[in-house]
Amino acid sequence: MILLRLYFEFFKTGLFAFGGAIATIPFLSDMAERTGWFTQALLADMLAVSESTPGPIGVNTATYVGYTVAGIPGGIVATLGLVTPSLIIIMIVAAFLKAFRSNKYVNQVFYGIRPASVGLIASAGITVLRLCLLDSAAYAASGRLLDLISIKGLVLFALIWLLTNRVKLTKKLHPIAFVLFSAAVGIVFKFAGA
Amino acid sequence: MRELAALFLSFAKIGAMTFGGGYAMLPMFQRELVDNRGWATEEELTDYYALSQCTPGPIAVNTATFVGQKRCGIPGGIAATMGVVFPSVVCITVIAALLSNFAEIPAVKNAFAGVRVCVSVLIINAIVKLWKKAVVDKVSFAVFFAVMLLSVFVDVSPVFFVIGAAVVGVAVKNLEVKR
Repeated sequence: MILLRLYFEFFKTGLFAFGGAIATIPFLSDMAERTGWFTQALLADMLAVSESTPGPIGVNTATYVGYTVAGIPGGIVATLGLVTPSLIIIMIVAAFLKAFRSNKYVNQVFYGIRPASVGLIASAGITVLRLCLLDSAAYAASGRLLDLISIKGLVLFALIWLLTNRVKLTKKLHPIAFVLFSAAVGIVFKFAGA
Repeated sequence: MRELAALFLSFAKIGAMTFGGGYAMLPMFQRELVDNRGWATEEELTDYYALSQCTPGPIAVNTATFVGQKRCGIPGGIAATMGVVFPSVVCITVIAALLSNFAEIPAVKNAFAGVRVCVSVLIINAIVKLWKKAVVDKVSFAVFFAVMLLSVFVDVSPVFFVIGAAVVGVAVKNLEVKR
């Protein structure tokens, strides 16, 4: 029975959370209050793990919460619940798109939303950039403007940019190579100061 | 059946290699779907991302469903979606069972801080590629710039930006025709 409830709770989250993982947090927080399945503190831990493991953050969180509530079947059921509304809605949108792809107005709509989509991705990029290049904690502690910029972050940023854009030998490498390299650099040079 | 297996595997690969959510997945989508497989064009990816932001659910899952559906209809959409979530389910289950304090491990924290830097470079590279296809004139540049600034500084759901941009697109194109 708990599996059915889990499926339904995550179906609801998947249906109403627009715009990625951050949008699911209020739903999960509310779920914790109503069901008592997990505490807010545990939710914060689960979100932290979901961010630092591969895969979509919302999916990771759903698996984690489901597993916490009802073991392995729980993790699977919660994840399926989260993606079911997406599957149904996107299938409908995709069918609609196929039918109206050559319509004048549909093309005009895409002319407008394409740059908006790139703008939204850029703003996500700026947020990540701010997180890893600006060290506001160090600045708050010392008050020196120079401490605001994370030198280690800046050096790695420049290095990865050069390797992915300028260096002929590495330019064509799969992105995962750079991700793994940066993880190693992060560990060796203690990027989080931990 | 072979097609469905290929969809599942490709998306499982993408899911396993992405750290940091839907936006970080974009460079992986470009590499696997556009460059390696030819299953989608840069323009289509941009469209899927836009639509994924004004439909509910994780962006990565929505994009996977779009691409899978286009390749093999409804079974394709399901196979791609199951593929993209499969590594998450395995990985999180293992971590939840064995390491409840995973995110607190110093090596994990440091590694992830390094990965974050890399992801921001990869997102910038991905934007440069998409930019050429999406920003084609003054109006589309204005839309790009306005949405980027507004969504950094104003806490509004992306849905409204996408709808607003659609209205601008239709209005501008119709005014052009009249002139």
